[in-house]
Amino acid sequence: MKLLVTVKRVIDYNVQIRVKPDGSGVEKDNVKMSMNPPDENAVEEALRIKESGKADEIIVLSIGGDKAQETIRTALAMGADRGIHIKTDNELEPLAISKIISKIAEEEKPSIILMGKQAIDDDSNQTGQMTSALLNWPQATFASKIEIEDKSATVTREIDEGLERIKVNIPFVASCDLRLNEPRYASLPNIMKAKKKPIDIKDANSLGIDISSRIEQLKVEEPPVRQKGIMVNDVSELVQKLKHEAKVI
Amino acid sequence: MSILVLAEHNNIDIKSSTLNTISAASQIEQEIDVLVTGFQCEELAKKIAKCEKVSKVIFVDNEKLKNPIAENIEPIVLSVAEKYSHIMAPATTFGKNIFPRIAVKLDLAQISDVIKIISNDTFMRPIYAGNAIATVKSNDKTKIITIRPTSFDPVETSGGSDIVESLEFETQNNSVEFIDREESHSERPELSTARVVISGGRGLQSAENFKLLNEIADKLNAAVGASRAAVDAGYVSNDYQVGQTGKVVVPDLYIAVGISGAIQHLAGMKESKVIVAINKDEEAPIFNVADYGLNADLFEALPQLSSELDKLNTIQQ
Ligand SMILES: Cc1cc2nc3c(=O)[nH]c(=O)nc-3n(C[C@H](O)[C@H](O)[C@H](O)COP(=O)(O)OP(=O)(O)OC[C@H]3O[C@@H](n4cnc5c(N)ncnc54)[C@H](O)[C@@H]3O)c2cc1C
Repeated sequence: MKLLVTVKRVIDYNVQIRVKPDGSGVEKDNVKMSMNPPDENAVEEALRIKESGKADEIIVLSIGGDKAQETIRTALAMGADRGIHIKTDNELEPLAISKIISKIAEEEKPSIILMGKQAIDDDSNQTGQMTSALLNWPQATFASKIEIEDKSATVTREIDEGLERIKVNIPFVASCDLRLNEPRYASLPNIMKAKKKPIDIKDANSLGIDISSRIEQLKVEEPPVRQKGIMVNDVSELVQKLKHEAKVI
Repeated sequence: MSILVLAEHNNIDIKSSTLNTISAASQIEQEIDVLVTGFQCEELAKKIAKCEKVSKVIFVDNEKLKNPIAENIEPIVLSVAEKYSHIMAPATTFGKNIFPRIAVKLDLAQISDVIKIISNDTFMRPIYAGNAIATVKSNDKTKIITIRPTSFDPVETSGGSDIVESLEFETQNNSVEFIDREESHSERPELSTARVVISGGRGLQSAENFKLLNEIADKLNAAVGASRAAVDAGYVSNDYQVGQTGKVVVPDLYIAVGISGAIQHLAGMKESKVIVAINKDEEAPIFNVADYGLNADLFEALPQLSSELDKLNTIQQ
């Protein structure tokens, strides 16, 4: 069984985001970039499935500029087998990304596609669901537990009301939650080994897919800033303030 | 043209997120149809048809729709999609799960988590955990949109057209099967709509200690929330989580206890009207967004708060 994992290079989650003064976007120059956090969970889950003997190959796919290869290398260092880099310097929308992923899936024929549930840059939460619909494979979104059986999998999903369990037939698309597992760190020897693992590079425009953008970003601005309030000395002052000043209790 | 809203419900009650979404739709267009897919929930469909701004309810009743499986709801929405200029759902795990499927099958982009409607094709949405706000314009012929419920006031549950139209639909999908749901039940108000929320973080140290919060929540008629760290540590279940990857809450009063104030947590609560932070670290970033900060050990502050609230209640009585 083959597994396909998708990874995105995003601004590291610890970086304080700065909006560009001209409103054209956020500052990305000289900013630390990392693998999108739930994508790390997707990679980790693929490794665990392989280690349990249920899969024999893990392919990592990333779509983006040249540096997307660094993110692919990170996944290879964690233990994935080979990479596919679809090169583009444009910021593709989830619609285009899902078309590319489906195309690769049709070529590679994985049994499971593992993806992060959302990218922490545009916070769209769409690509997994779109990929599932395009391929006509079932989807298991916001997964916090995946149990693989013979021809199906039981997946626990995190929903607003609590947890839901569904059974999906293989092949399927899983979108992974941060609680799915604890991603491993790549060891130094594995980082060295990863340098020799193959990455197949293709240009996004060579795939024969419509990846044009549908949404125009007119402006990006800072959210309104909250005024810093005051410090109170003790609980009774707090309660007085809430009662008589803020009038919320 | 008119707008279609996909209703979120549990076959008995309408979820407030649907009322917020109808309200958002009414900022664009007055002709609003609501699609209700469920099982043995005709009463509910009638209730929704009575809601303010609703032109009619399209009701599909089928055993396969008892639980909201995305693959089963998708073809129903697609079968009526053509008639609408905008198709909307709440940006809850319900809407997030289904809507991208509709968008891609129609070869349309989706605009997620809209917080403000500028015009019929231009919208504002938070990106980077709310650290930036993007204004985006859709050039697609039909707009596929999910709405952040807390950004729009709900419509009233009366004043609607009272028209329910039934639609027959057989869903064919056999590749997904619902097994079960584990829902938290609580007598307290629902987290996403509560007027007061008190949340605990890693500082609470254990599931047991959340009782300290529960006690205060009961006195304030508040919902209890949590940081991701508190959920990860197993103190409370995942439906308590507030933040970028949890729920967004906008209560009149948000009390953060033993929560440091990471940007991913702030993403879910910084729009609250009044924020209180209780933390023993005076440098904790949560104090930067708090209207009232109390630099104290929570294990001393919470019991004091509880008894101060008792005093207040006795005076009021
Ligand atoms: C992609 C991604 C998504 C995320 N999504 C979310 C999300 O949706 N929601 C979320 O909350 N987090 C989210 N996080 C995690 C987030 O980055 C923080 O790790 C988390 O919010 C920290 O939780 P905390 O404040 O409870 O814990 P900590 O940061 O450990 O803070 C604990 C606080 O408690 C205080 N404290 C300890 N003991 C006491 C005491 N006795 N009295 C008073 N104060 C005390 C400490 O001073 C400290 O400030 C996400 C992270 C990533 C990478």
